[in-house]
Amino acid sequence: MIDTKHIGRELPPVTFEVEKGRLRFFGKATGETRPEYLDETAALDAGHPSIPAPPTFVFAAELDAGTLFSLLEELQVPLGHILHGEQQFTYHAPVHAGDVLTVQSTIADIYAKKNGELEFVIKDSSVRNQHGHQVLEARSVIVVRNPGEKSL
Amino acid sequence: MSIPSWDTVSVGDALPTLALPAITRTTLALFAGASGDHNPIHIDSDFARAAGMEDVFAQGMLPMAYLARLLTTWAPQSQLRQFHVRFSSMTAVGTKLVCSGMVTEKLERDGERLAKLQLAVCDEQGVAKIKGEALVALA
Repeated sequence: MIDTKHIGRELPPVTFEVEKGRLRFFGKATGETRPEYLDETAALDAGHPSIPAPPTFVFAAELDAGTLFSLLEELQVPLGHILHGEQQFTYHAPVHAGDVLTVQSTIADIYAKKNGELEFVIKDSSVRNQHGHQVLEARSVIVVRNPGEKSL
Repeated sequence: MSIPSWDTVSVGDALPTLALPAITRTTLALFAGASGDHNPIHIDSDFARAAGMEDVFAQGMLPMAYLARLLTTWAPQSQLRQFHVRFSSMTAVGTKLVCSGMVTEKLERDGERLAKLQLAVCDEQGVAKIKGEALVALA
């Protein structure tokens, strides 16, 4: 079982530069064909300051930094046992190529269901840009399968 | 792209569906790199089998990214206020996903007029892979 002493814990802040090339790669990987999401000139023509980051893109920041996987390793949760349960984003301001974001996450809750067969880790994140403006908030629900815990 | 307006959007309106090509191992490898999710359970069949899975399966954030495409095709991304999904079942290699959405409510909040959308990503048999909601500001 994951120790609930980690509830309230702040994870190390992550700085993430939104790069044009990465946005193009993300677009290709998600089947995007609209030029404004792939090409800076088209983005400028569409009235954006640069290529916009699609709605789920910023999730990459902490994955790149390994923040969550380091935490799971410390909590002794095997990577093969985790599932993404839920994901929520609340948007406050747009994000574009060239922005430098800072992600600050907190472990909001840890709880078990089905006699510990499933455990849930709730992570809340706040994302600010280089001007100090909060651009989005996110909540992730990570589910840990503990097959050995059932039928006690 | 024009912003959907309060006067023309009605509860029950369906968003144009987005049908995706079959998920391949290449899809998963590209999305692993692009999204930063390098968990080998999505890209390494040997690792997936050792973890008790039949095979690799899609990262949950992949169908969520497809749903985001559905949303930003219906309304400019600047209008998106909230986007929430629950991942209900795993997406196997070979699955052809279809994203759909429907307006379920029109509401006012913080001085803005919003549409609440109910969203789903299903396989060809209609089994939901993810379900969700979004709030989109209307003109």
